[in-house]
Amino acid sequence: MTMFDEKEIKEVKRERARWEQTTLPNWLKQSRERKSEFHNHSGMQIKRVYTPEDMENMDYIRDLGFPGEYPFTRGVHATMYRGRLWTMRMFSGFGTAADTNRRFKYLLKEGETGLSIAFDYPTIMGYDSDHPMAQGEVGICGVAIASLKDMETLLDGIPLDKVTTSMTINGPAPMLLAMYVAVGDKQGVPREKLGGTTQNDNLKEFFAQKLCMFPPKPSVKLTTDIIEYCTRHLPRWNPVSISGYHIREAGATALQELAFTIYDGISYVESTLERGLKVDDFAYRLSFFFASHNDFIEEIAKFRAARRLWAKLMKERFKAKSPRSMWMRMHVQTSGCTLTPQQPLNNIVRTTMQALSAVLGGTQSLHTNSFDEALCLPTEGAVRVALRTQQIVAHESGVTSTVDPLAGSYYVEALTNEMEEKAWEYIHKIDDMGGAIPAIEKGFFQKEIADSAYKYQREIDEKKRVVVGVNDYTIEGDKCPIEILRIEPKVETAQVASLQKLKRERDNRKVKEVLDKLHDSAEKDENLMPTIIEAVKAYASLGEITEVLRTVYGEYKELIVI
Amino acid sequence: MTKVEELTQGVLSGDVRSIARAITIIENNAPEAKKLVSSIYPHTGKAHIIGFTGAGGAGKSTLIEKIVREYRRNGKTVGVVAVDPTSPFTGGAFLGDRIRMQELSTDPGVFIRSMASRNYPGGIARATKDAVKVLDAAGKDIVIVETVGAGQSEVEIIKVAQTVVVIHAPGLGDEIQAIKAGIMEIADIFVVNKADRENASKTAMDIQAILQLNNKETAWKPPVLKTAALTGEGVPQLIEKIEEHRLLLEKGLKHKRSREKAEAELIEAIKEKVVSSVLEDLRKEGKFEQLVGKIVEREIDPATAAEKLLKKALKDAEA
Amino acid sequence: MQTERKIRVLIAKPGLDSHDRGAKVVARALRDAGMEVIYTGLRQTPELIAETALQEDVDVIGLSILSGAHKTLFPRIMNLLKKKGLTDVTVFAGGIIPEEDVAEMKKLGIKEVFGPGTTTELIIKYVCENVPKRT
Ligand code: B12
Ligand SMILES: Nc1nc2c(ncn2[C@@H]2O[C@H](COP(=O)(O)OP(=O)(O)OP(=O)(O)O)[C@@H](O)[C@H]2O)c(=O)[nH]1
Ligand SMILES: [Mg+2]
Repeated sequence: MTMFDEKEIKEVKRERARWEQTTLPNWLKQSRERKSEFHNHSGMQIKRVYTPEDMENMDYIRDLGFPGEYPFTRGVHATMYRGRLWTMRMFSGFGTAADTNRRFKYLLKEGETGLSIAFDYPTIMGYDSDHPMAQGEVGICGVAIASLKDMETLLDGIPLDKVTTSMTINGPAPMLLAMYVAVGDKQGVPREKLGGTTQNDNLKEFFAQKLCMFPPKPSVKLTTDIIEYCTRHLPRWNPVSISGYHIREAGATALQELAFTIYDGISYVESTLERGLKVDDFAYRLSFFFASHNDFIEEIAKFRAARRLWAKLMKERFKAKSPRSMWMRMHVQTSGCTLTPQQPLNNIVRTTMQALSAVLGGTQSLHTNSFDEALCLPTEGAVRVALRTQQIVAHESGVTSTVDPLAGSYYVEALTNEMEEKAWEYIHKIDDMGGAIPAIEKGFFQKEIADSAYKYQREIDEKKRVVVGVNDYTIEGDKCPIEILRIEPKVETAQVASLQKLKRERDNRKVKEVLDKLHDSAEKDENLMPTIIEAVKAYASLGEITEVLRTVYGEYKELIVI
Repeated sequence: MTKVEELTQGVLSGDVRSIARAITIIENNAPEAKKLVSSIYPHTGKAHIIGFTGAGGAGKSTLIEKIVREYRRNGKTVGVVAVDPTSPFTGGAFLGDRIRMQELSTDPGVFIRSMASRNYPGGIARATKDAVKVLDAAGKDIVIVETVGAGQSEVEIIKVAQTVVVIHAPGLGDEIQAIKAGIMEIADIFVVNKADRENASKTAMDIQAILQLNNKETAWKPPVLKTAALTGEGVPQLIEKIEEHRLLLEKGLKHKRSREKAEAELIEAIKEKVVSSVLEDLRKEGKFEQLVGKIVEREIDPATAAEKLLKKALKDAEA
Repeated sequence: MQTERKIRVLIAKPGLDSHDRGAKVVARALRDAGMEVIYTGLRQTPELIAETALQEDVDVIGLSILSGAHKTLFPRIMNLLKKKGLTDVTVFAGGIIPEEDVAEMKKLGIKEVFGPGTTTELIIKYVCENVPKRT
């Protein structure tokens, strides 16, 4: 059933033609439009005005439907925020495990509803804090977690059956998940009650985040190991958070973010099916992660299109039966690369708008960036404002009172349709290349993203894109007016000392035994999760476990596309 | 000591900074470039020079990295000159080959230099052959040249290298095209890289088949090898073949090749010299500009104009 | 034949930092401005950076770092460059480097630091005006 009947559309068409001949020319004569053409970030041309004509072929039930039902355009839950608000999850981590544990408790006290761990560089690259490459990097960009002991300190006093935790970790995800499971075991929390998310999206590393450790094939194998393990043993865990955020922040447009992320999702469904699991056994646990950038409506359209596209894919391509296999649950982070060190308080305004589009787009979970984003890791004061921003959207803006408030807007629906259509084009193109890995090897994603990033920069340089406080409305002699978070070098000294003490005092024979077993298991191409859990419980370090995997899988050398 | 003498000494002693500077001077065609090349020339001729050519993305750089490692294991020192294309529009270049060999940078037995083609045709840069001489004089046992890899006929490499390795990869599609484009004649060894992929054997067979069409009797029949550069598979075999080829050159072919190379270089040098000196004179006299104007106005055609100009220039040269 | 000098630039990412968006944008802008740009990829040690600069005989080294590890890594890089005699190379940097660290970085011999919001035109201009004079 189309949303407008033929007669109505005809009438609108006629009226628009009349308007274009009578009213519009007068206005254009009086004052020209600011630009000859208007585009969104994805390069789509934006019309002057949208009307029912733009929804001509839309069928309400088929294309929008009701929230909590296929195709989920309007949201994955029937009541959305009238029931439960999204999870307010602030990405945090710095210094030692004890420093971050204090920050976690502070945030929970201030009303945060879920944890999100940022690890430091050595940890995200699978190096121990005492590795030569780790020098000067320990605890600087996140928290240093080199062994189960650090994880115990990090989660001390946090009940893992009550709080869910998201971990931004990819290559070393099996090790960090294993440590989390081990802490849960120690707290006596049954595994089926352990809730949270491992990012574990290794494909996007090759073209977006660039923290690649192993070549593509073993990387996907490890991602799939976690999906398989969680499906069987951790039913409340989201084994993977298929991430567009990094793709976007590396420079992609909204459309590229959407298409490439969905394609990574397709790849993981395929790799998991190859393990012999049934789609309805695991698909409902796949979760997604998107950015919310500046173009308010474009972002909302992207979120809505993403849900509809994924639902169709799961139903049609993968023949899922359970509606829950077709829902796309997402976490959103406001866009860091839109934030500026110039006039940093302006960032609060940007973040507010981006948070609002995420909510209007129907997210399940949200991180809002702090106003000091372009300067340092967030100070306590800055992160509090960022959290308050979410709380204000939730409780004061009124947008949470109804489900999908913008549905039916001509512009929103037209753009949602266009996003979906163009994303399909990309998906078919990547299918034709033979899938995500061949596309990575050809440098396809890399080139697409590099070109978009360069174009974006040129637009700012040429002032075709105004960034307030940067290329317009600047302040002479702009000096940083805010406090900066600094990590003291003593963090590294202390962390290295404590790790080395652990390495001396643990049962080193047992560690060697289990590492040998892991090597064996990796060679035999078994699911590595059980052995890795065993290894972390014996206090084998992150670096030691990674080293075993490096010897089996080799290291990845980046394909650089400028 | 003059600057040239100082640099020459530095190069001969293997000093990295001198080698690097010498190559820059040659590349920029700085005033002392000619003197520098002639002063190192007597010290060249010891290195074995290997050229790697083949389509973009075939895996030349990755394979070179593995080969260098193997040579290092055998105790040989290595120099690499890797050429990337210059943009004809901006004159800029992105020199990306080094990335694949970057870990070798801190090995004192290895010197890697990236070089932009600066619009020189044929897959190398004008300065490549002299840069190779610098590395040769600096005592590198092996000098490797990687060509641009833009897919056009990159045949200049035979004027530089003693052993030319042509690399293909399955799936790039154009092996037959490339072979037709003249690459066939210059190859001493064919390599089908990415042997870990499907179709590598088929590509190798295709090449074999084409080679068989050519049934000229020659002392050296170019072999077709398979490698997987990512894992290093097939690299020792490739080195063995390169060594075989080198020995054959030693036995006699080398003399012929050296003469051919010398001849080509001499012709090149003459051309360069003649063109630049004749042009300079002609420009000075203003005759050149005049004729350009006439060509534009269709009063004279370029060939006749050249004849006219040269008649005088050649007479002067004779006098 | 005339001399044909080109500006050779090394863009390097020291340490574990893998934010490459800015470095690549800068590399591409310099290339499009007619320079010869060597970008050695992510996660380079100070030793690799200094050795690359030496062998490639670059005029300019641009360090890009957003990880906050500049305080550890930049002194090492500058020391190694000095040790190798690369004192006539212009070194400049960009990324996330707090204002209050800039003076310290300049004392090490880093000529200029460009943060977020810098136009590529400005960077190109800076390079052109600060190529070391060499004979
Ligand atoms: C985009 C981004 C990402 C992307 C990176 C994508 C990619 N492939 O590059 C993603 C999402 C993957 C990411 C992840 C992380 N990020 Co991040 N990220 C950013 C962000 C938002 C923008 C950076 C950016 O690309 N800007 C656009 C480019 C064009 O600008 P630019 O790099 O600054 O370059 C300009 C200038 O600086 C200068 N410049 C840069 N390099 C050079 C070099 C030379 C020679 C010259 C002359 C000039 C120059 O010119 C450029 C043009 O103006 C910044 C915050 C911010 N707003 O700056 C955080 C930020 C850099 N990230 C941060 C962190 C902590 C991380 C993580 C470690 C988080 C974690 N624990 O997991 C990971 C690490 C991932 C990695 N790859 O290293 C922190 C660093 C904190 C610090 N220094 O104290 C920041 C500051 C955010 C914050 N406040 O927490 N990140
Ligand atoms: N699967 C596979 N990939 C390879 C192999 N060798 C190289 N590659 C990949 O192919 C891509 C191109 O490799 P390069 O070594 O840069 O190729 P190249 O011929 O030097 O390329 P240009 O210098 O650009 O002409 C990289 O992504 C390599 O990792 C191989 O044996 N197998
Ligand atoms: Mg190459």
